[in-house]
Amino acid sequence: MELLSFLQHYWWAVVSLLGALLVFLLFVQGLQSLLLFSAKTTADKDLVCQYAGHKWEITFTTLVTFGGAAFASFPLFYSTSFGGAYWAWIVLLLLFVIQAISFEFRNAAGNIVGPRLFEIFLFLNGALGTFVLGVAVGTLFSGGAFVMEKTAITDIGNPAISYWANAWNGLDALANPFNLLLGLVVFFAARTLGLLYAISKPDNGEIGNICRRKLLFSALPFVLLFVAFVVWLFLRTGYRANAAGQFEAVDYAYLLAMVENPWILALLLLGVVAVLAGLIMQILGKMEDKNFYIVGAGVVLAVWAILMSAGFSGNAYYISTIDPQMSLDLANSSSSLFTLKVMAVVSLAVPFVLAYIAWAWRKMR
Amino acid sequence: MESLITLSRLQFALTAIYHWLFVPLTLGLGFIIAFMETKYYRTGDEFWKRTTKFWMKLFAINFAVGVATGIILEFEFGTNWSNYSWFVGDIFGAPLAIEGIFAFFMESTFFAVMYFGWEKVSRKAHLVSTWLTAFGTNLSAVWILVANSWMQYPAGMAFNPDTARNEMVSFVDVALSPVAINKFLHTVTNAYVLASIVVIAVSAWFLLKNREHELARKSIRIATIFGGLSLVAVMLTGHTSSTNVAKLQPMKLAAMEGLYEGQKGAPLVAVGMLNPSKKPMEQAGQEQDPYLFSLSMPKMLSLLATNSTDGFVPGINDIIRGGYEFTDIKGNTYIEPSFEQKKAQGTLAVNALKEYQLAKKSGNDSLMAQTRKTLDENFKYFGYHYIEKAEDLVPPVGITFYAFHIMVALGMFFVLLFVLYYIYGRKNKLEDTPWLLKLGIISVPLVYICSQAGWMVAEVGRQPWTIQDLLPVNAAVSGVAASNVATTFIIFAVLFTATLVIELRIMFTQIKKGA
Repeated sequence: MELLSFLQHYWWAVVSLLGALLVFLLFVQGLQSLLLFSAKTTADKDLVCQYAGHKWEITFTTLVTFGGAAFASFPLFYSTSFGGAYWAWIVLLLLFVIQAISFEFRNAAGNIVGPRLFEIFLFLNGALGTFVLGVAVGTLFSGGAFVMEKTAITDIGNPAISYWANAWNGLDALANPFNLLLGLVVFFAARTLGLLYAISKPDNGEIGNICRRKLLFSALPFVLLFVAFVVWLFLRTGYRANAAGQFEAVDYAYLLAMVENPWILALLLLGVVAVLAGLIMQILGKMEDKNFYIVGAGVVLAVWAILMSAGFSGNAYYISTIDPQMSLDLANSSSSLFTLKVMAVVSLAVPFVLAYIAWAWRKMR
Repeated sequence: MESLITLSRLQFALTAIYHWLFVPLTLGLGFIIAFMETKYYRTGDEFWKRTTKFWMKLFAINFAVGVATGIILEFEFGTNWSNYSWFVGDIFGAPLAIEGIFAFFMESTFFAVMYFGWEKVSRKAHLVSTWLTAFGTNLSAVWILVANSWMQYPAGMAFNPDTARNEMVSFVDVALSPVAINKFLHTVTNAYVLASIVVIAVSAWFLLKNREHELARKSIRIATIFGGLSLVAVMLTGHTSSTNVAKLQPMKLAAMEGLYEGQKGAPLVAVGMLNPSKKPMEQAGQEQDPYLFSLSMPKMLSLLATNSTDGFVPGINDIIRGGYEFTDIKGNTYIEPSFEQKKAQGTLAVNALKEYQLAKKSGNDSLMAQTRKTLDENFKYFGYHYIEKAEDLVPPVGITFYAFHIMVALGMFFVLLFVLYYIYGRKNKLEDTPWLLKLGIISVPLVYICSQAGWMVAEVGRQPWTIQDLLPVNAAVSGVAASNVATTFIIFAVLFTATLVIELRIMFTQIKKGA
């Protein structure tokens, strides 16, 4: 594999890993989804907000870095998807922005609007934010109605190199059942992780009991919908560029990507095993303080594998449903070799970053 | 198209302005808190812990809103400036990713330890976390300012016709360009001044209310020294900024001064009011005076811009007409081409790119080489192809002029403020000088105006360019319908304003509660 191609895959793996870590860290959102209907007393709400409020910034920063790394390594995706699927990203953005202000404002003295509004914000972020994120990520497999032509920049009258071919500007992603399914998977994954996190905490009081009672109602849909998603994904047709650079339909493209890269398949299976093991232990009432981390590790591995399959083996990770020839794959949408090299050097610092996050996490337990 | 560009610019400006209401306070307050906690660590005096915690609370409230508005800016590069995102993504993306990996994780991780971890980590680990939060917030500023500087002075890159974008060829030239270093220093030291004035004002309010005497006096002492030293740095880097602008963005400098006809030994307007009906390139014999009135300091603009009292500073019309001798930042001297010549070269470059891509499709190697040569020779003025007429090259003179003069005048006023606080503080007479305490309080809105004015000079003054000479706003904007942007603009305006109102009320309540 030549260096450019290697670095493109390396960065797709890094971006995918950030996405996978993000889904794991959405346990914060999962906790927030308890706020309106599950946590009833002020004490319960305070505890939920304390659990989520001490960790939300890590999740938020991972989201920002996921976006930043995607922009840096695959700027054509950023340009095409953000500029075209305008409303999908704006809605997602708004659903996350309302979270950032809510923890600090909710119980602050001088809060003129009262805590209720911010609890609604946190709930919306927890319930809808996770769902919309899943729907948006679904487009990495289902594609979007975009037109992209780099040469348009020489057209003085209309130099935009990409645009959305319908007036829904990304909201059409919500009409695609495959995206909706992934939205539900992400929501239930976040909620399951949120419940497990609360259960794992010592002195969790009434919230611990509420979460134990509710776990099965989140974990079961999570597992079943996830399996349905993976089956559907494996049956999907993708696109790959042939030697002449023309995109051709490939049946079972994502399953093939896993078979062609068995280590990705292994990650997926390992992830599924960890998720199931953690959930079964929890249902049996064992190792309550550890199941969050076991299931969390499983989620990271499984999501990482799935995201990688979107771009590996030559799969187009952003298919144009208007003209498949305009689709984006790792080769035609990445940054230059030089920039990818610079960033690869930068990425060597990631273990160091992970180490101090782990230190802070342990200290702050 | 016009309304799309205007709305997209308005939306970005709105977000940036709100973002910059919250960020500078955290940039400066981070260090002030760290100084105070260091005092606590060294002396073990509970007074310093209480004082640190008081300012930390204000830091935390601001921090959250800064984060919220910051992510919107990141998204808006893509949603509203998608062509730009592709055209420069190869360069702009790397600083953004580095910012995420290094700075954002550092500040958010250690912020949590700093804010929630008093009882959970050792005193030493806590102190280190506080310092790392301060460094992390400032490190975030490095990379975004590197990116902004690159847009004002695109260095360290080459245009690749195969991908139709700019690609990085030297990371060092991007990250350590003289513009980037100066811009970083000017911006963060400005933030330190702002935070210091906020600390002074809150403390002054306590003294006026006859409360929290020790906290107020000691906080004022720290803020006066920190802010005063920072203000010196602001002025020095401000001077370098103007010499950089003179070499890189002479049109911006001309707009800052309302200078239409250039001259040797150009004067600097100290106080003035622009003539609103003045237009660029007026017909001979019908030229209007650019100012309704003005008081100028002779030769000072030339000194500021060229480091020589007799240096030539081109005006707006000179830059459009060309034909004068100009020395760029690398020391190359040449005769500046006219707008028409630049536009012709820009069109040559864009057409060469178009032909290059056609030649590539048909596999015509010799035509590819030939068109590539034309493209490279004329690329310097690539963006001029998209500029319809000479007047479009002129940024809004009014905003740029007034923003610049307000910024400088307020900067001078702050020198006086810090000197007075230093003198009265040393004599221990602050409590007996209510007028000075009140002056400190009214300086808070002034320092925010000053800081925002600085950004307006930098950003409005570079219109119509997103990237100087290479990509104007009309070629950078996304291909979305203007109505979408109008809707999101209204949503953001309502959301930000509501947030600001709630935030201010919470801040005031926290301050009233005291330590």
